[in-house]
Amino acid sequence: MDPYKRLQLARKNGRPSGRYYIEHLITDFIELHGDRRFGDDPAVMAGIGFLCGRPVTVIAHEKGGDIRDKAHRNFGSANPEGYRKALRQMKLAEKFGRPVLCFVDTAGAFAGMGAEERGQGEAIAENLMEMMTLKVPVLSVFVGEGGSGGALALAVADEVWMLENAVYSVISPEGCASILWKDAAKVKEACSCLKITAEDLLEMGVIERIVPETSPEAICETLRAQLDMAFTELSSMTSEERCEKRYRRFRRLGVFGE
Amino acid sequence: MLKKTSFKKNRNQLEGYSQTLAENSPSVPDALFTKCPECGRVTPSAELTENLLVCPKCGYHLRMPARKRLLQICDEGSFQEWDTGVYSKDPLSFPGYAVKLKSSRLKSRENSAVVTGLGQLGGMNCALFAMEGQFMMGSMGSVVGEKITRVFERALEQKLPVIGFTVSGGARMQEGILSLMQMAKTSGAVKRHSDKGLLYTAVLTHPTTGGVTASFAMEADITLAEPGALIGFAGPRVIEQTMRQKLPKGFQSAEFLMEKGFLDGVVPRVELKDQLIRILCLHKGGNPHGSV
Repeated sequence: MDPYKRLQLARKNGRPSGRYYIEHLITDFIELHGDRRFGDDPAVMAGIGFLCGRPVTVIAHEKGGDIRDKAHRNFGSANPEGYRKALRQMKLAEKFGRPVLCFVDTAGAFAGMGAEERGQGEAIAENLMEMMTLKVPVLSVFVGEGGSGGALALAVADEVWMLENAVYSVISPEGCASILWKDAAKVKEACSCLKITAEDLLEMGVIERIVPETSPEAICETLRAQLDMAFTELSSMTSEERCEKRYRRFRRLGVFGE
Repeated sequence: MLKKTSFKKNRNQLEGYSQTLAENSPSVPDALFTKCPECGRVTPSAELTENLLVCPKCGYHLRMPARKRLLQICDEGSFQEWDTGVYSKDPLSFPGYAVKLKSSRLKSRENSAVVTGLGQLGGMNCALFAMEGQFMMGSMGSVVGEKITRVFERALEQKLPVIGFTVSGGARMQEGILSLMQMAKTSGAVKRHSDKGLLYTAVLTHPTTGGVTASFAMEADITLAEPGALIGFAGPRVIEQTMRQKLPKGFQSAEFLMEKGFLDGVVPRVELKDQLIRILCLHKGGNPHGSV
């Protein structure tokens, strides 16, 4: 399928965002709020619950349902508080030895004045550092849009999976088009150039798995079984082995000559 | 502490490796006078160089080339460059990238947007990196990510502190997702270095934005910036578009960031070397657990 179609599907109104997967995969979910620094960011949901009987910490971007909910959740674009809330929950997961499961669905970290004043860059940077050495298994699933640093801040993981029609990009295709051709309308071309589809990213070794998209229910079915297996496997390693493997996973990414 | 000769004498020796690049670049002699972009004062270029590219009238900090920066900051003759031969490829065959790389090489006379190596400050060994604004606006692609990662890995092996100067427009769009991955890669290397109790000091210069701010620029133990430097995640234009309003003057300036609690200090360029040496001394040369 053409990458631009994929982008449209990933952004489609009504496509399940993070909350849907929490509701359908996690039992006894308890949402936990706030970053203990400034506030609670509804663009990121976090909490604890059971996945196939295993206690897990779940962190998810949520774009929102109806228009009011969307506005409330800032369309899934998190402020620094969202990333700091996520990190707080990851640290709790580490303390209690439960794996971390992230659902990524964001156009990107919010580019607002408040976000800058409160250290958007610093918040993302800290997540990248801390996630790299988090002692428990971390797995991220891209369920819709994966926009730049705002997505990566929930995706420094042992494994990264993408739904078939999810996208993951360093810059929004609109942003790329306006820089490259001074024309934001050339999104189609930008989509092809940037290589944002799950197939492209699997080929580049940036992700481990593509989850086929059928119905949302069937996706959850697949995810449940595969996540259970993956966490069992990841849990069989020592934390040192896992951290070393995670470091190597990112260490090898990059293409250059010498 | 600063000698006039400290970055003049060794230039040729250090730039020797890129001789072919220098030969191929247009032979425009350095202008005799430079106009300050801030106050408009015209200063003899020699005087400006002596003043570390700081306008003598208004104190505006003009951009300092990476190599010049390292030579100025290191003890005379102590800087040894690492990984000179790492160069960018065009993994996505991205429109216009190959041409852009070539012109950047000519313009900056560098192979990449970062210069890294080993040097001494006040006699103390230190791993260093300085980003090059003339090379595609210091954007981070695979090469910048790899070279920065190696700086921290080597510093970890050799138990050295790291001092880094950032200037960057962010992740390099032309390498797509691979550029984004460099944020995680460099952050991992910084973390490992940090976990061994080693010191990392970052100096953020104008401008430091995007994926570099959201990774190794903001991960230092001590974070300094030059006066007036623009530092942020999103650029001012993007924020103005999102907010649909003009940003107040000084928003995202180094001084503003310090006020908001995200910088340890704003240090004028002329005081920087002394300040960095003092920081190293206070950390026993950056390796608190070893001997000085």
